[in-house]
Amino acid sequence: MSSILSIENLSKNYGKVLAVDNISLKIEEGICFGLLGPNGAGKTTTIEMMEGILKPTTGRALFRGKPIGPHFHQRVGIQFQSTALQDFITVEETLKLFSALYSTHRDSEEVIEICSLGDILKRDNRKLSGGQRQRLLLALAIVNDPEVVFLDEPTTGLDPQARRNFWSLIEKIKKEGKTVLLTTHYMEEAEILCDEVAIMDQGHIVARDVPKKLLAENFDGVIVKLPWMKNNQLPDGAVQVDDYIEIHSMDIDATLHHLIHHSIHLDGLTIHAPNLEDLFLKLTGSSLRA
Amino acid sequence: MRKFAALMHARNMEFVRDRGNLFWNLLFPVFLVFGFSFAFSGGDDTLFKVGVIGNSEIVSEFLQEPYLEKIPYEETPFALDKLRHHQLDMVIDLQKSSYFINDDSAKGEVAENLFVSDDGAQNFSRKEVSGEPIRYVDWFVPGVIGMNMMFSCIFGVGWIIVRYRKNGVLKRLKATPVRALEFISAQLVSRLLIVLLTSIVVFTGTNIFLEFMMEGSFLNLILITAVATICMISFGLVFAARIKSEELANGLMNLALWPMMAFSGVFFSLEGTPLLLRKLSRIFPLTHYIEAARAIMLDGAGLADILPNIAVLLGMTALFLLVSSFMFKWE
Repeated sequence: MSSILSIENLSKNYGKVLAVDNISLKIEEGICFGLLGPNGAGKTTTIEMMEGILKPTTGRALFRGKPIGPHFHQRVGIQFQSTALQDFITVEETLKLFSALYSTHRDSEEVIEICSLGDILKRDNRKLSGGQRQRLLLALAIVNDPEVVFLDEPTTGLDPQARRNFWSLIEKIKKEGKTVLLTTHYMEEAEILCDEVAIMDQGHIVARDVPKKLLAENFDGVIVKLPWMKNNQLPDGAVQVDDYIEIHSMDIDATLHHLIHHSIHLDGLTIHAPNLEDLFLKLTGSSLRA
Repeated sequence: MRKFAALMHARNMEFVRDRGNLFWNLLFPVFLVFGFSFAFSGGDDTLFKVGVIGNSEIVSEFLQEPYLEKIPYEETPFALDKLRHHQLDMVIDLQKSSYFINDDSAKGEVAENLFVSDDGAQNFSRKEVSGEPIRYVDWFVPGVIGMNMMFSCIFGVGWIIVRYRKNGVLKRLKATPVRALEFISAQLVSRLLIVLLTSIVVFTGTNIFLEFMMEGSFLNLILITAVATICMISFGLVFAARIKSEELANGLMNLALWPMMAFSGVFFSLEGTPLLLRKLSRIFPLTHYIEAARAIMLDGAGLADILPNIAVLLGMTALFLLVSSFMFKWE
């Protein structure tokens, strides 16, 4: 597959602060690529340089192998992390406005259907709920039938129900074969939606691959979690993480036997397969949502 | 063109549906016109206003009277215009030993009687002019229209764009193929239509009750209002070019607007004020608008008469647009 987006030795300084430090990436056409990391990792700065919104200090962003040109914004759709919409105009009028800004645009009915906006078309932008607003912003990002859709933390601040609804909209867009570049700090979101991820920390990319491959390369076995306790009888390799004891176990039977044998209370015990959150913790030593 | 029309329509809708703002734009000038019309309807009964041409030290005791306000003029025709409009009760030309009276003015007649009873006035020849009086409200209404236009343009374009920049509307538009010129011109034309429409509504609405003096052409008045509106919007764009903070924009706009409002002749005439102030007032676009609008309404000035004002306003517009386009940033 050819890469639709790429960045070469991209850096961005804000005064003395180095927000993005010499990173390079290639994103293949038709995939959902996740840029993960905690707040302040440099995700938004990176994605905005790829969107042509921010100018890199050094390096360059390429679209289909060429520097971003004057027609780039006709061919991509962007949903920023925070965007206000014009007051006193309705959802339908906002869609019409944005449709008119592009030389070609897709049928409004289709966009309304994909983003489930049918019930709120006549509603004033000021009166939209968080979920409705994000759906409208997504609709504005696909109104021009773009080749690439940039979504910067699109579900931040939504309740779990609205977040899951939003994921199903992104799935629909993925099925149309569009390339999606998503930043998030919700690991579950990345695991469900992304074909490939890059984990960022302090302006660097610390890992990049297909999520399952990354996990397989970095973990064996399962993770046992217990509420924190002071006990000298814990198995080898047990570490304290926040208010928990984490035990990386290669043999769950042996680990549970050890805990029972030493009369360690099992109240609150959980067992789970390692996920991207655990991976981030392992790679950077800090929690993703810190 | 489609982008321009869509952006303009969205801005128009935003304005029209913001009821509070709409009513403020329409009712505030109406309140001012009626309020000032009522407040000044009684006139100034305690003073005679006498225009004096030449050195007043050499003549009569009449000119030393405390109940009399002397206003020096350098040019006779200018003073006579004031006399025709009953803004002066009498004009005395000390250089030519003559005095002028408006034969329609009762106050003028009283002033004349006082003057001729003075020994120093015996050699003065009498001349007459005639003309209808100008009420304060006739004189005031171009100022109100101009002031409303100034606030509407500078806050309605300048401040709104700063708000769009702060809350991310501009950033979202930057992520589309819209060019800055398309966005700016849509804002400009939208506000031009709004200001012209509200000015016409306010003028015609208040005119039904107050019947303003209108010696010149309505079309010329609309023309100068349109030119001045474009100039004011361009001035607003200078503030909007790159400021991100609404508070800072608000402060800077007020810093520019209040001196302009105070020294453009909205509420009082600048005649008789220090020369420096009169010269300073020429830098304000509002001065040129009010001057031209009053000339049309009160003196029947034609297009040729107001061309200098139009030229100055267009020159200022070009300068403001140049500066704002040079400084403009989406974010």
